[in-house]
Amino acid sequence: MTRIAVVDYGAGNLVSIDEALRAAGAEVVLAHGEADLAGVDALVVPGVGAARPAMERLRRRGLVEPIRCWIAADRPFLGICLGMQLLFDGSDEDGARTLGVLAGRTVRLVDAPRLPHIGWNAVHRRREHPLFAGVAPDAPFYFVHSYAPVPTGPASAEVALALTEHGSEFVSAVASRNLTGVQFHPERSGRDGLVVLANFVSLAAPVAS
Amino acid sequence: MLTVRVIPCLDVAGGRVVKGTRFVDLVDAGDPAELAGRYAAEGADEIVFLDISAAPEGRTTLRDVVERTARRAFVPLTVGGGVRTTAEMRDVLRAGADKVSLNTAAVATPDLVRRCARRFGSQAVVVAIDARRRATTPGHPEEPFAWEVVVKGGREATGLDAVTWAEQVVELGAGELLVTSIDRDGTQEGFDTALLRAIADRVPVPLVASGGAAGPADFVAAVVVGHASAVLAASIFHHRLHSIAAVKAAMAAAGIPVRPVPEVPS
Repeated sequence: MTRIAVVDYGAGNLVSIDEALRAAGAEVVLAHGEADLAGVDALVVPGVGAARPAMERLRRRGLVEPIRCWIAADRPFLGICLGMQLLFDGSDEDGARTLGVLAGRTVRLVDAPRLPHIGWNAVHRRREHPLFAGVAPDAPFYFVHSYAPVPTGPASAEVALALTEHGSEFVSAVASRNLTGVQFHPERSGRDGLVVLANFVSLAAPVAS
Repeated sequence: MLTVRVIPCLDVAGGRVVKGTRFVDLVDAGDPAELAGRYAAEGADEIVFLDISAAPEGRTTLRDVVERTARRAFVPLTVGGGVRTTAEMRDVLRAGADKVSLNTAAVATPDLVRRCARRFGSQAVVVAIDARRRATTPGHPEEPFAWEVVVKGGREATGLDAVTWAEQVVELGAGELLVTSIDRDGTQEGFDTALLRAIADRVPVPLVASGGAAGPADFVAAVVVGHASAVLAASIFHHRLHSIAAVKAAMAAAGIPVRPVPEVPS
């Protein structure tokens, strides 16, 4: 069975992601520190709220370097909402410096009719990716956020996997090798959300030896 | 494009859904987790769960019920009722809520809104405003009427103007407002669209309309006239007077973007 560590750094609701990953057939480990990452096949960083307190809590739990190393080793990773934003260099929300494994910054949504952006909105894929296998093009997912990352640099076009429109367009999913991230909440997005998580569990399945 | 949410509301007391349980046609109501799962399968975009008993000794029970509900419904869950501190909000979020709704405690201690928003982010902080019409606004003779914030289920007036209060809590960090007309609640006379619009047009955050829904046309009016971002109702769904699908069909026919209901309820 695929073992997935969900990083617990006091960032709110983990019940839903736990339940959704179990429904997708994974064994879930709540990771409070580096030791909890031993023997797991994939890492999920969820999270809501602001970047600075999140980074502080990750640092306090000694998880910043292990997460960086995990991604550098090209092991399966999924960041959800704030957990995706943390992958970039920094956040305009509170000026926090974040993990910096992807080039770009997290910025406030521009031209949004209302913020926070709360509710179900279409996710337009820019290319096919196994994370979205079996999901209809432009299917709606649940969002609750005011900020989103803007990938920069030579790989940015490749990193931006999907776009969503709220006022103007923002990047709602990213992918780079075994690194994936979504701005929406798959654990709260009904059947399609469960399909995305099941796809991630499949991608993370250990290779039979 | 962002769709307009249709939200069934579960009024929970002592761990059971209470609104409408006295009606005989409601055979399977009562358990919040079961109802939440059913509504999610029928296309609910979110579930609001209000603990209307909110007795201090009932906190642990509430967390258990929230967790069971969160595990049954793979749609967002907003929980309100009796949260007075950031520690209590943390506990409710950890039990599986995505957002927490503050009402009486926010009126008593407005700074609670700011502290919760700073700790958990504005997107997790809903302020519920129960409002009752009053004849005049002191100092605003051009307004035909105004609304006063009431608390404790409408039993206690606060003297606060609802629109001013809405602006204040948004300034403090509320990421969403749940606006209930106490005059209309339970009457099935339709939402108070003037109240909704008076607030929605003055704040940048989404507004959830509540109180008075009788049929699909009321939901349309809450959005088109009231400028609501989401519409909430309890009894008409519990009594199966109208389905979520019927409400969404009426909204779609009026040109309002909605998320399609699942073709095969799971």
